[in-house]
Amino acid sequence: MSRLYGAVRKFYIALIFLFLYAPIATLIVLSFNASKTRAKWGGFTLKWYQSLFGNDIILQALWNTLAIAFLSALIATVIGTVACISMQNMRRSTRSLIMGVTNIPMLNADIVTGISLMLLFISIGIRFGFGTILLAHITFNIPYVILSVMPRMKQLNPSTYEAALDLGASHIQAFFKVVFPDILPGIFSGFLMAFTMSLDDFIITHFTKGPGIDTLSTKIYTEVKKGIKPEMYALSTIIFVSVLILLLLINYTPRAGHKKAR
Amino acid sequence: MKKISGKTTKRIALALGAALACAALAGCGSPSSAGKNGELYVYNWGEYIDPDTLTMFEEETGIKVIYDEYDTNETMYPKVAAGASVYDVICPSDYMVNKMIDNDLLQELNFDNMPNALSNIGASYYDTAEEFDPGNKYFVPYCWGTVGILYNTSMVDEPVTSWSILWNEKYKDNILMQDSVRDAFMVALKLNGSSMNTLDVNELEAARDALIEQRPLVQAWVIDEVRDKMIGGEAALGVIYSGEAIYTQRENSDLEYVIPQEGTNVWLDGWVIPKNAANKENAEKFIDFMCRGDIALMNFEYITYSTPNTAAQALIKDEDIRNSEIAFPDLSQYNNLETFTYLGEEGDELYNQYWKEARSQ
Repeated sequence: MSRLYGAVRKFYIALIFLFLYAPIATLIVLSFNASKTRAKWGGFTLKWYQSLFGNDIILQALWNTLAIAFLSALIATVIGTVACISMQNMRRSTRSLIMGVTNIPMLNADIVTGISLMLLFISIGIRFGFGTILLAHITFNIPYVILSVMPRMKQLNPSTYEAALDLGASHIQAFFKVVFPDILPGIFSGFLMAFTMSLDDFIITHFTKGPGIDTLSTKIYTEVKKGIKPEMYALSTIIFVSVLILLLLINYTPRAGHKKAR
Repeated sequence: MKKISGKTTKRIALALGAALACAALAGCGSPSSAGKNGELYVYNWGEYIDPDTLTMFEEETGIKVIYDEYDTNETMYPKVAAGASVYDVICPSDYMVNKMIDNDLLQELNFDNMPNALSNIGASYYDTAEEFDPGNKYFVPYCWGTVGILYNTSMVDEPVTSWSILWNEKYKDNILMQDSVRDAFMVALKLNGSSMNTLDVNELEAARDALIEQRPLVQAWVIDEVRDKMIGGEAALGVIYSGEAIYTQRENSDLEYVIPQEGTNVWLDGWVIPKNAANKENAEKFIDFMCRGDIALMNFEYITYSTPNTAAQALIKDEDIRNSEIAFPDLSQYNNLETFTYLGEEGDELYNQYWKEARSQ
């Protein structure tokens, strides 16, 4: 009986992994396909990887994507964390009101956010380009940071901060030595979430971008009419593998000094 | 927690403000360096030009091209209509040109500045364009094609001449239809002998019923996958754009393309200049350049969609392509070809309503 149970469990997990990774596996296989169409296997090749690195347009789009994701996540993390600190000092009712307000943009459809940002930028008269995409991404990233920092903030023991002040620390010292290390995991996961949201985004970027600048997602979408080029499969494979390696490193490096921060 | 000092918060806020200001400045303060003869903002379909022709244009004219791309007419339209970015040349399709003219977004072209557009583009294409651009005031054709049936000769043994083969029980689960309102209704309307721009409720209902009747036979409603599925032999018959047909034939020699006798959609994409364009003269230079025979040939070879440029057609080296019935069919043998026209908001809604019914019942 328990053996059957174990087998079912394994089968179930295998099934989930299949659903999650079959699409990515297909993409990776296709990136080595010499034929341009997915319907035919034209033999193993690395030519898409070669032409990828010779393609300035795609590399520029990759650079834009990473720069925007990193900067917007960083700035949103700072703004979001500061917001959490001040929300912590508010009355309960005000705090929950503000939490509600910051949650709305997350639930809001992307296309609404995208078009309203576009209209806002038009009415202010900003030139559309890198700056407008960055501002838009910061805007939609902030709620995600707040969402992941706020719970950490609530778990804080207020006495430790006060104790630090009593022992002669300045406000800034007390914040960075006592509060900051405690909420750091929340800040970090907020940053990562913001980074991925920004990487993923298409619609908001589409409406806030100007001529001559593309991120990977807008670039790939424009290729839909004529069929997506295999170079994009190659690039996606590289991104997937890098993320995989990164995750393995994070999870399997020895945790020496992990507690030191406290 | 009692309080984190107001001072700390203030300082952080200050630092933050500074960072934001820097970001905003970086965004605003870097307009791309203009060429010596100004610049030109082009908005075109993705992968719809040979990038080398842009470089050649920049070298020959000293105009810097800022090139931007979109994926459908529908995503292009709101950006242009809202004026988020000001473009000088855009490449919409027939019905979208219609809509942009109706909404007063385009300006008239001065053909005196574009001799190539007059001499190299076949007169018949301007005639076709009259359907959506009366008087040929706004539009210069760039690419065109038909919609027809692509079939696999190893799976279909009878001659394919009519849309009605897509209703043949024999090919159950072997038929691919286009998953877009106007393209799907075009097939059903043409089958019934109606116009594909009709607003007649009876004709539309008949077309909807035909689509419902056909549904059990259809393997899938797709757009891009027609190409790959037909190459892989996963279906016997598929509705496809002629520009894709040449490519699929190269990959799988069993495939044949045919324009059904009931007529079909002839589509045209081409250059227009929006009303708010900042560089009209450069835009006309660009359109004229694109109409040059050698340039149009480069683009034809890159895109593989049929070119309306007769000078380029004559330059094609490969005889099979030059005389290809798919790339350059003799349209005069059909008297029932049409282009899509803009139906107005109510018309669009009517089609969408029937489309929903056809797909969901």
